[in-house]
This record gives sequence, C-alpha cells and structure tokens, in this order.
Amino acid sequence: MASWPVLSVTTFLPAFGALLIMMLRQEDEAVKRNARWIALWTTIITFAVSMVMVWRFDSGSPEFQFVERQPWLAGTITYHMGVDGISLPFVILTTALMPLCILASWKPIQRRVKEYMVAFLVLETMMVGTFAALDVVVFYLFFEGGLIPMFLIIGVWGGPRRVYASFKFFLYTLLGSVLMLIAILAMYGEAGTTDIPTLMAHDFPRTLQTWAWLAFFASFAVKMPMWPVHTWLPDAHVEAPTAGSVILAAVLLKMGGYGFLRFSLPMFPDASEYFAPMVFVLSVVAIVYTSLVALMQEDVKKLIAYSSVAHMGFVTMGIFTGNTQGVAGSVFQMISHGIVSGALFLCVGVIYDRMHTREIAAYGGLVNRMPVYAAIFMLFTLANVGLPGTSGFVGEFLTLMGAFRVNTWVATIACLGVILSACYALWLYRKVVFGALEKPSLAAIRDVELREIVVFAPLIVLTIWFGVYPKPVLDMSAASVSALVQSYNEALGTPKTAALGRPSAAE
Amino acid sequence: MTNAVELPLLYPAMPEIVLAVGAMVLVLIGAFRGDRSTGAVGGFAVMLLIAAGVLVALMPSETVTTFGGSFVVDSFARFFKLLVLIGSATAVLMSTDFLSTEDRRKFEYPVLIVLSTTGMLMLVSAADLIALYLGLELMSLALYVVAAIDRDRIKSTEAGLKYFVLGALSSGMLLYGASLIYGSTGSVTFAGIAQGAAAGGVGLTFGLVFLLAGLCFKISAVPFHMWTPDVYEGAPTPITAFFAAAPKVAAIAVFVRVTMTAFPTVGPQWQQIVVFVSIASMALGSFAAIGQTNIKRLMAYSSIGHVGFALVGLAAGTVEGVQGVMIYMAIYLAMTLGTFAVIIAMKREEGPVEEIADLAGLARTKPGVAFVLGMMLFSLAGIPPLAGFFAKFYVFLAAVNAGLYVLAVIGVVTSVVGAYYYLAIVKVMYFDEPAPALSPMRGELGLVLAVTGLFVILFFVYPAPLVNAAAAAAKSLF
Repeated sequence: MASWPVLSVTTFLPAFGALLIMMLRQEDEAVKRNARWIALWTTIITFAVSMVMVWRFDSGSPEFQFVERQPWLAGTITYHMGVDGISLPFVILTTALMPLCILASWKPIQRRVKEYMVAFLVLETMMVGTFAALDVVVFYLFFEGGLIPMFLIIGVWGGPRRVYASFKFFLYTLLGSVLMLIAILAMYGEAGTTDIPTLMAHDFPRTLQTWAWLAFFASFAVKMPMWPVHTWLPDAHVEAPTAGSVILAAVLLKMGGYGFLRFSLPMFPDASEYFAPMVFVLSVVAIVYTSLVALMQEDVKKLIAYSSVAHMGFVTMGIFTGNTQGVAGSVFQMISHGIVSGALFLCVGVIYDRMHTREIAAYGGLVNRMPVYAAIFMLFTLANVGLPGTSGFVGEFLTLMGAFRVNTWVATIACLGVILSACYALWLYRKVVFGALEKPSLAAIRDVELREIVVFAPLIVLTIWFGVYPKPVLDMSAASVSALVQSYNEALGTPKTAALGRPSAAE
Repeated sequence: MTNAVELPLLYPAMPEIVLAVGAMVLVLIGAFRGDRSTGAVGGFAVMLLIAAGVLVALMPSETVTTFGGSFVVDSFARFFKLLVLIGSATAVLMSTDFLSTEDRRKFEYPVLIVLSTTGMLMLVSAADLIALYLGLELMSLALYVVAAIDRDRIKSTEAGLKYFVLGALSSGMLLYGASLIYGSTGSVTFAGIAQGAAAGGVGLTFGLVFLLAGLCFKISAVPFHMWTPDVYEGAPTPITAFFAAAPKVAAIAVFVRVTMTAFPTVGPQWQQIVVFVSIASMALGSFAAIGQTNIKRLMAYSSIGHVGFALVGLAAGTVEGVQGVMIYMAIYLAMTLGTFAVIIAMKREEGPVEEIADLAGLARTKPGVAFVLGMMLFSLAGIPPLAGFFAKFYVFLAAVNAGLYVLAVIGVVTSVVGAYYYLAIVKVMYFDEPAPALSPMRGELGLVLAVTGLFVILFFVYPAPLVNAAAAAAKSLF
C-alpha cells in the first residue's frame, strides 16, 4: 500500500535528528540555539509524517496496517512493524506532544541543552517504536530502551532529589520488565516465534498463560502504574523537568495499558479472566486510595501525579472488563489523560518557571495577575475531574459503563473516584488561583506569554473537541477493539458460556 | 598407513607455532637490545598476534585433529581463538603508554603476553586432559609474572604472589581431578572419557568436581573467586584489562569444551554444579560490587557476575546454550576492553587515579568519552538496545528452553541489582559536579574505545554475523 516505509520513518526520524544535534560543533550559544531548532523541526516533521498514516489509515479494518518486515536476528525474530486501531492513536499522541514538549523546554532548560534535546528525540524514537512494534523482542527493545534517556532526563535536569527519583524509576521499571523478558522467552520456546500477530492466534497452555500473565503484569503494572507499585511515580514526576513529567504522564504510562491490550488480553485470555477480579480490586483501591492521598498533598506536581494513578485505575478496570465499552473506554481514557495530564503538568511548569517552587501554599490569588492562565488551568482541571463536554468525561463514562456490565460493586465504588477527583482538583484550583493575592513574591508574576499559549492552544482544542465529539478516536480504534473483544470472548471458550446458559452442561 | 602419520600434521597448530617462535625471536631482540627495544617489541607482538589471527581466520572450516587426537581445531576453537587474539592484541596496544615510562620499560611484558596467548590457544584446542593442562599452565605461568611486573610497587607484587599461590592450588586440584577421572575411565582424551563416563561411579564424580573446581578458579566463578578483586586492583591497570579479557574467554572456552565433549553422558551431574556456581557468581557479583569505590575492584566483581551469566547458557547444556555462551563472551570482550580503555586513561598530572569519584562530571569535561562509557555501562547492565542485552537474551533463552526457569528468574533479578552499581557510575559521570579534569586520552585508547563503542551501540542494527557464526561454531561441538 505505502510506497515508502512511513512507519519506520516516523520511528527513526527523531533518532536521526538526535544524530544531527550530536554532531553540532560550534560555540556554546550557537549550539543551544541550533539544538533547539533542530529538535523542534524534527518533531514537527515527525508529526507531519505520522499524520500521513492517519490520512491513509483504513479504520474499517482490524488488521495491522503499514506493515513492514525485514529479517533481523538470525532465526524467526524479524523486524516487524505495523499499527492497528489500538496502537495508532498512541503513536499520534506521542508525535503530537513532542513538539509541545520541546517548545515548553525552550526557555526553562538553559543547561546542557544539546544533551537534553538528544535525550528527548531518542526517547521519542523509543516510544513510537514501542507502539509500532509487531515482534515481541523488538517491542521489548523499544520498551526498555526508553529507560536510558528518561533516566538521564530526570537525573540531569531534575529537582533536588533527582538522583533518588531517577534510580527508583529505573530500577522499579527494570525489575518488572526483566520478568516479562523471561515470559517472552518462554513464549518463544512454546510457540517458536516472537511475531505478535502469530502469538495472538496461538493457543497457549493454561499454566504458561498464568505465569506469563503474571510476568507481563509485573512489567505493565509498574509502568501504568497500579497500586501498590505506583510509588516511583510521584517521585519521578516531582523531580523531572516539566517536559519530562509531561512525557512520563502522557506517553510512558500508556505503555502499560497498551501492553495489557496488546499482550495480556489477546494472548492469555484464560489467565486474564482468572485474574480480572484481582485487577478490579487493585484498580478500585487505586481510584479511591490515591484520590484520598492526592487530597493530602502539599506539592502541586505530586497531587497531579497521584491523580494520574487514580485515572489509570479506570483504564485497568476498563481493559479487564473484556467488553467493548470497557476496552474502547480505556483507549479513549488513555488518550484523553495523555492530553489532559500533559497539559496540567505544563500548567504547573508555567508557574514553576516563574516562582521555582511547587508548594501549593506558596501560591494563591493568581487569577488577579494571570487571568488567561487561570482560564487555561480551569479548563484542564475540569477535564481532569471529568466534566461532561471535556474529553475526560467520555473515557470515565465508558469504562464505568463497561464495569457495570461485569460487576456492579466495582463500578459503584469506582464512581466514588469521580467525586473524589472533583474534591482534590477543585481544592487545588481554589488554593492556587482563587483568593486574594497576598504573597508579596507573587505581586510581579507575569501572565502566560505567546510561546506558552502556542503550547496550550492545541491541547485546549483537543480537550474540548474530543469531549464534544469523541468519534474520531473511537472510530479509529473501533474495528480493532471489537476484533479484540470478540477473539477474547471466543478464546474464553464455549464451555463457560454454555455453563452459564445451562447449569447442567455436561458436554 | 603407519608411515604416513609419523610426523604429526602441523598446519592446524600453525597459529600457535607462529606465536611460540615469534615469542622466542622477541626474547632475543630484547636480550640483545635491552630495554630500549620495549616499544619495538610491543609493536612486533601486536603484529604477531594479528598474524596469528589471520591464520586462524583463513583455516578451512572443517574439524581437524592432530598430535594423536589431543589437539583439535573446529569452528568452536576458531571462534574462541579469534576472540582471545583480539583481546590480547588490544591489551598490548593499550599498554603502550604504561610501558613507555622510564621505570617500567620492560621488554618482557609483550613477550609474556604472547606466550600466555599461545597457552590460551592451546587451551582452546585441547582435546585431552594433558593438552588441557599444558595449555593452562603456559597461560597461567606467564600471567603470574605479568601480574607482578611492576616490581617496585608493593601492591603489584602482592597481586602476583596471591595469584600464583591460589593459581597453583587450583592447578593441583585440577590435576588431582584429572587423575581420578583417568583412573575411573581409563582414558585422558575427551572422547575416551565420554565413553568411559557412561558407567559413572564415585571416582568419576569426585574427579569431575575437582576438575571443575580447578577451572572455576580460572574463570573466577564463586566460590573460587577470592583472588579476583585483589589481583584486579593490585595489578597495573593495562594488565588488569588483559586479565579481564583474553584469559577469561579462553578458560570459559575450555570449560564448555570439557563439559560438553568429555562429560555429555553425566550431564545432570555437572549441570547442578554449573547451576550453583552460576547463581552464586551472579548474586555475589551483583551484591558485592555495590559497596566498591575503586573502579578496578568494581570491574572485578562485575566480571564475576558476568561469568555467572555466561554459565547460565552452559547450564542449559544444549547447542543453543553453547551458542549463548559464545555470543556472551564475544560481547563481554568488547564491553570489557572498551570500559578498560577509559579506566586506563584515568590520569591526572600526578599519576593514574582509579576511584569512581574521579569520574565525577566527566559528561561535562569530556562529553564524548562519558557518552561511550555510559553506553558501555548500560550495556554491561544488559539494557536494550545495546549489545549486552543480546548477550543476556541468548543465554536466558537457552535456559528457559531447557526448563531452568528458577535459574533464569534469579539471573534476571540479580541483573537488576547489578544495574544499580552501573547506574551509580553513570550518576557520577552525568549528575555530579565535575572533578578536576583528567589528562587527555591517548590515541590508541581512543581508538579502542571508539571501535568497541560502535560495536556495542550499533550491534542491534546487524547482529546476524555474530549470531550465525556462534550458531555454526556451537554445532561443531555436538
């Protein structure tokens, strides 16, 4: 179909840009300027190339598209790339957010700009590759490779406790992933291939499913992150520079959810069904408990980080309902959360750049000096709460609907999370934006400048657009989601459904 | 027919002969021209090693045996010989600066390395216990002397003595094991032992344990690793680089050959030993390295851990496993040489430094070196997409396919612990404030670092040649 490998170009163009930046040899100021511009143009062009895929994508087909295949490691492991309706939205989310991240780092990052831009571009290659890989080993390569640039981003450009945060991030994620590697090897031994479409069709024996599911769960649950392995996230978020937090919240967390959809559900359906109650419990705990924890935070970024954990709880809940609403809702919730939480971290970045503190108590009454900022911040706060008309509502609503069909209690308790999220989000907003402008340090604070408005504008448009008219995203993923749900329910087998229909089914 | 074999076939042993004769010539040059000739002798040594490498590479690909069946050249031997020669040649090259200072201008050093390398090549090709012992002793005796070559430094002499005493002990154990094996199987050739071993027996088991214990000394696997940190730290840095690379590769090769060709019939017996040694090495290598502040000691523990990982492949006892070990050692060699190129270059005005803290802020004083070293360290930790990941991938693949799940899980978990101390070095280089700048890196070290760095970073682009070569070589053992 495509005459040129559009997917590989999207994946490796950022790496190429990183190479260009690495080769810059000029005096300091010129290097800084050129590194920024090269990074910006690379990400914009990458985004443009990825839009070609949206243009040519056939959303009526659940098949993988833009498929590329090359022999790679000796044997059956091939360089196999392709996207379907589930992965394409994530690819676009990544490529769309990257130029904004570069813009958001334009002024705040003044130290070692060259290395910073290289790290971000390499990270983009890894992220796009993770979503586009159709071979488990290639997937693992990209999935893990992203750790290196993120480790450096947190560790070099982060806050005061950056060393602790970066080590915790790296080691937590690595520990989960190496267990997944063992499962991948075991699947390779069992099926004789690492090709994802083939593995999806393979019927794995029950014991292997159970163990492999747990191993994949170890990796993705840490990445998501699910309660109780979420503790790396608040640290990493708080210490990372603004753009790092944005990428972390908007894209890296989604790798976990994507992994559940791509591996756990289709490859280990029996185990997924077996462990679904456990996932529900963990999700509900995450939703309620981390919302309560968020209420107690004194640090703006930490509060948003905990709210991310709560929102990811809706995603895991939705995925393991195994019905169309739940799964489609999860995909939508992840995309929406990518936009909204990314924007919220950018909002925090705006005031952090001016005041160099993230303490909630240091702010108050910003609306008096920063009316435009207050409006932007309000929109994203409400989207985070899940107000109808913003994208946050659609995802939460669909996942809750999916959960209701499976387990009423789970859905009921999860609904509490919606209320709690309103509590902490509005409380944060009131503390930071409303009230009298009493702090003398805030007296001279400037409102958002043009560069920042340029960063926020697309996010504002998308939040409202997807809230009012979520069809583009839902349509894009619809065919793949229904194919996934159908094969999942078929794999669970007729015996069980028969048993439900006829209690005495002996055959 | 008996007439035709009076003189053994010599051409399979040509690389060894070239090295041995060459070493004699170098000794003569040194004896006549004195210490002034050190530089020239070093250059000739590198050329000799390269020539031997070319000879190995040009050999036909079938399996040849000679010297009454005690010397075998197959794809497996050629693969490891090439690795050994690359390791030795690079080590001599990296010693250039060390040898150029006045009080260390000793021409014996390159000669000893060539002799030791001859021993390693014999070791790799050994097909009976006597050839094995000869090769091992030729290799080790030269190594003992090299460790102590910095005669005026107490640490270096201590390292040499320690290495000698423990090495002699391990040789004794190995010999004792060999005699027990001979006693119970009636043969010293690996093929003969394989036949005789089928009957089993207590004597054979004891012999096997002693033989493997002796070999574990040479690869510095736990619990026979105690000498490693002291010798690594005490020996002059270029010599440590040599110790960490070539001898280890050769010893692993003979370890694999002995277990796979002499004892295939008693697989379960040695496999449990290898599993234990492997787990113990991985665990000790990861945990003990955490507290180290001296980078050479840290590399010693790191090498212990890596031997443990390589043995994971051997524990599987399959073609895949052997292939995994071979890939592991090839990649390990590149990572070790690259890392040591930086450690050798760690110098200030006042002399060499070897604390991890001396690397502080290297990312700002020398961004290029820091970047490549950082990639080496991530690769040693086994993070994809760097070469070190593929090394681990293949050994764990073999282990999982052989059903050794527990070993595989313990292995990957210790690799996470190991990642911690590699990250700690990256942290020092990238996150900390710069320490006083190090002296500029010398050309040959920069070259080694660049070549190994490219290999480690770009391995994933085209891994097929190494993987296929290892697969073909592994098959020649079965």
